[in-house]
Amino acid sequence: MPAAVSPGGSFEDRDPARGAPLPEMSPEDRAVVDRLRAGDEPTFLAIVEKNHRAMVRVALGHVSSEAVAEEVVQEAWMGILQGLDKFEGRCPLRAWMFRILVNCAKMRGAREARSVPFSALETDDGEGERRPLETFRRPDDPRWPGHWAQGPERWTDDRLADAQALARIRAEIEKLPPNQRQVITLRDIEGWESAEVCEALGISEANQRVLLHRARTRVRKALAGWASEVAP
Amino acid sequence: MSVARPRDLACRELVELLTEFLDGVLDEGTRTRVEQHLVLCPGCTEYLRQFRATVSATRKLAEEDLSEPVKENLLDAFRHWRTGS
Repeated sequence: MPAAVSPGGSFEDRDPARGAPLPEMSPEDRAVVDRLRAGDEPTFLAIVEKNHRAMVRVALGHVSSEAVAEEVVQEAWMGILQGLDKFEGRCPLRAWMFRILVNCAKMRGAREARSVPFSALETDDGEGERRPLETFRRPDDPRWPGHWAQGPERWTDDRLADAQALARIRAEIEKLPPNQRQVITLRDIEGWESAEVCEALGISEANQRVLLHRARTRVRKALAGWASEVAP
Repeated sequence: MSVARPRDLACRELVELLTEFLDGVLDEGTRTRVEQHLVLCPGCTEYLRQFRATVSATRKLAEEDLSEPVKENLLDAFRHWRTGS
């Protein structure tokens, strides 16, 4: 369930109306929160190092440029620090942090949408479709309906270590619709568990998996395109 | 080229199940159909291999370094927050 949030960005991780006994914060989160409250800089730097890039990627889904996304993340960090006293540990710390971030990004995106021509924010879903790499047989094919007409071309995985391949992955993720981008960032780049991603983004497991699958499918396709371009 | 029987899962359907397959959340019957299809179909086996390779390659984006100015900026903000200024 998405947590209640005020426009100022303060964030409750509990429902005050319910008054149910709150679960204990995990010992790791408790330690981090205590050190942050005490102003411990290495702790702060460590969570920045760990999360900042993912936060920018997630924010980019809602705003028009990397520069604006950086600003949003900066704003989210302030919201996180200010909200720290209210964090009760009902969900993992980083899931709570990302909920604040998503909230900041959505508000900023909404403000931008009023001033930026909408076409500038659209994600071009048709990109990368110029040349069909793989095709399936038609559903009414007499022998093999829905089976490969032209199967995937083989690639060798050592190519994927190439900086160019990573650049292609990054570029494709940046083109994804916001919700797909958020899920693939947290699941596949950051390696979060499914349940934690659902908590952070306020979506169901099933929905999360559909979004992740679409995103992975697009990225694989982009890589397949790249592999066929650079094939010797 | 597929050699699976037409009544089995079509390749087109199989590729849509791979995230659930890798997350281990398919029901047992569907999972078995996927596994049987993979045994018979080199196209889908290659697709699954590429799908997995894509997921591991994507993970490498996490290793990018954060720039010093960004860190400095945030550290400044942290110091201000702590001193309440």
